[in-house]
Amino acid sequence: MTAVADARIAAPPKGSSRDLAGTGTLLRLALRRDRVMLPIWVLCLGLSASSTVSRLDSAYDTPQKRADLAADMNANGSTRALFGAAFDDSLGALTVWRVGAFLTVFAAIMSLLIVIRHTREEEETGRQEALSSGMVGRRAGLTSALITVGIANAAVTLLIAVSLAGQGGSGALALGLAVGLSGMVFGAIAAVAAQVTENARVARGLSAAAVGVAFVLRMGGDAAKDGSDGSSHVLVWLSPLGWAENARPYADERWWTLLLLAVLAVVAMGVAYTLAGRRDVGASFFASRPGPAAAGPDLSTVYGLAWRLQRGTLLAWMAGLAFAGAVFGGIADGADDFLGDSESTRDTFLRMGGQEGLTDAFLASMVGILGLVVTIHTASAVLRLRGEETDQRAEPLLSNAVSRVQWAASHLVVALLGPVVILAAGGLALGIAYGAASGDLGGQVPRVLGATLLQAPAVWVITSIAAFLFGVLPKFTSVTWGVVGFVVAIGWLGPAMELDQSVMNLSPFGHLPKVPGGDITATPFLWMLLVTVGLLAAGLAGLRRRDMSN
Amino acid sequence: MTTAITVSDLHKSFGRTHALDGLDLDVATGEVHGFLGPNGAGKSTTIRVLLGLLRATSGTVQLLGKDPWHDAVELHKRLAYVPGDVTLWRNLSGGEVIDLYGRLRGGLDKTRRAEMIDRFDLDPTKKGRTYSKGNRQKVALVAAFASDVELLIFDEPTSGLDPLMEEVFRECVSEERQRGRTVLLSSHILSEVEALCDRVSIIRKGKTVESGSLASLRHLTRTSVTAELDSEPDGLTTLPGVHDVDVRGRRVKLQVDTDHLGPVLKQLGDAGVRSLVSTPPTLEELFLRHYQSDGGDSADSTQGAIAR
Repeated sequence: MTAVADARIAAPPKGSSRDLAGTGTLLRLALRRDRVMLPIWVLCLGLSASSTVSRLDSAYDTPQKRADLAADMNANGSTRALFGAAFDDSLGALTVWRVGAFLTVFAAIMSLLIVIRHTREEEETGRQEALSSGMVGRRAGLTSALITVGIANAAVTLLIAVSLAGQGGSGALALGLAVGLSGMVFGAIAAVAAQVTENARVARGLSAAAVGVAFVLRMGGDAAKDGSDGSSHVLVWLSPLGWAENARPYADERWWTLLLLAVLAVVAMGVAYTLAGRRDVGASFFASRPGPAAAGPDLSTVYGLAWRLQRGTLLAWMAGLAFAGAVFGGIADGADDFLGDSESTRDTFLRMGGQEGLTDAFLASMVGILGLVVTIHTASAVLRLRGEETDQRAEPLLSNAVSRVQWAASHLVVALLGPVVILAAGGLALGIAYGAASGDLGGQVPRVLGATLLQAPAVWVITSIAAFLFGVLPKFTSVTWGVVGFVVAIGWLGPAMELDQSVMNLSPFGHLPKVPGGDITATPFLWMLLVTVGLLAAGLAGLRRRDMSN
Repeated sequence: MTTAITVSDLHKSFGRTHALDGLDLDVATGEVHGFLGPNGAGKSTTIRVLLGLLRATSGTVQLLGKDPWHDAVELHKRLAYVPGDVTLWRNLSGGEVIDLYGRLRGGLDKTRRAEMIDRFDLDPTKKGRTYSKGNRQKVALVAAFASDVELLIFDEPTSGLDPLMEEVFRECVSEERQRGRTVLLSSHILSEVEALCDRVSIIRKGKTVESGSLASLRHLTRTSVTAELDSEPDGLTTLPGVHDVDVRGRRVKLQVDTDHLGPVLKQLGDAGVRSLVSTPPTLEELFLRHYQSDGGDSADSTQGAIAR
């Protein structure tokens, strides 16, 4: 009877506060679960800016060198696309230019991962159900996830603002807020995604797609216009990451663009809260439709099954790359209009092949980006195998007349051919958009498409590394993500950071010719194919030998 | 008697953990064999070795006359397996999974599929994520019973099923036996095992501690007897196989090893029986004795003799 007599139960407080019951406990649980990942993310994001200062300071030690760097980089459409515009040539401004675009994106990725992990993933696994049976309010899960992500982003903001303060306090604060608020915007968007789909994988995909779209828009806009006249291209303004860039730390900060980010984050959180209070635990807003009572002829083999499981992701990737290709192609023709005031820059680029050479260089660098990004698809396609294994779906499947090699091959086919189709979609869109803008559709489409498809062998090297790990060192399959991160990082940052070719060569993409425009030789491709075949064979042999884990 | 499964001196270690430590198992063709043991005894590990998912560290394993590791694919055409915790693909309907499994096993009886869906009361149009635990289990069971195979391997297949569905499962297994199929049934539900199994093997800590027909195993257990007599009984405690004798005037309570029941009844008869309640040995009793830790029943010579 004592429990019944408890005042809180006899007269529960109204509405919102009851919805939030248990938030503190859930928050402590979330922080406990993330006690390793969270500090790593925060430290990496928070300290990369200040470590860049010292590197830039030693490499560009005079004002003249720094001015030249800013001018050179601003004159080049592809570096503007990758890094954004350099709004000033002070050490602080150059640091922001070099790390700003990446910090905002990685803060966004960190935030979406945290939010999905503590919302939809908890519900999907059924853990939330167990928690919700305790004194836990309807919105407590969402609240604790948002507080967790808020703590992470606040720590990043603070760390950046403090560690960069030596270059000037207000610029440091502006960069910190730009990064932290970008994280909050995409964390909040992830919170909405977590409400509308039942599948954590889909929720992560949707939020990551939002980051991708924002990044591509920012890239396209910056490639088309350098923004030094005070106004950025309209595409930049369509992107929250563009707003973050336009806070312009160390170049007459524009605080109001940060307000835009804050408003968007609050609005998205409001939407997520409204949705969260109105649905069932574990459910989404789209009722599950019944499926067929019997399998169609396509579902007769493991290949049919793998296609069924992976086709949605594949189509989404194709759409994503087609979008990126169309944006890049549309601005490629104008990417070299602005050559900067620096006479030396103009000369350099003219020596590189003049107008045509410049456009080709831009296209080649965009094609390279498409190739790098597709490594994420191939890695996740191979890692599906490990997921099927640990989720105990592989075991009953393999208790049928299906050999392990057949089963692995069914997903590897998607991981090998998927990138080709995705690259084709991106290359086609890039070629069509550029061809239409330059009035040479017939000539540019095959050229650009061919150049894009040439990225595939480098992607396959990543596929085969993932397959090798899965077959031989299954517990370390997720090291694949480290490989992907390394390859993307040096492929993306390498050219502007003037990394040594020996470092670039550690990535398969370092061995690719700069196409369109560059000379193509067969040797690197043969090597890559050889490595691919060798690692795939070793991986499959390992899989045949090892125990299946559960 | 041909054997469907022969396992002898099977060892399997994961790093330093010895999951199986000299396990023996013999399943005759056409029998329903119960596979019992406490949690973590190694039942699932054994089954996974039988399915060729794990490689035996040492020992011999034969399944339908072949090696499950080397001839996995060929063997899997002839068997169906139902795990204790079925996970489905979230975007595939139950019907699709049943057909996929059937096709991958090399054959599904259409009529039987429809009959099984009906008997298990399964909605095959629901997607994987919307099924409850019991319904996921039913998807795998329908796929197994509708498959045209010689051997069925069940690893705690009825977990999550309601009593009605458990009954359907029992009927289906009985029918499979009549059709001459072999069934290996790992289960914790003793009534299920008692109702279905011809023979059982009990394992503990990776070793087989008991194996035989239920009737022969019952002999190893004790019957408890409560009797009201005309006169005070004499010399009960000196009879072989009698334990825990409790005499209160003319009321007697005692436990007796089942194969020593005769002399006890004679003795009681001599004293004149007014009423007699005799509780037959249950599998539970046998089970509990084996499940308890070593220290608890070290005095029990029967178990000691068979386990060592």
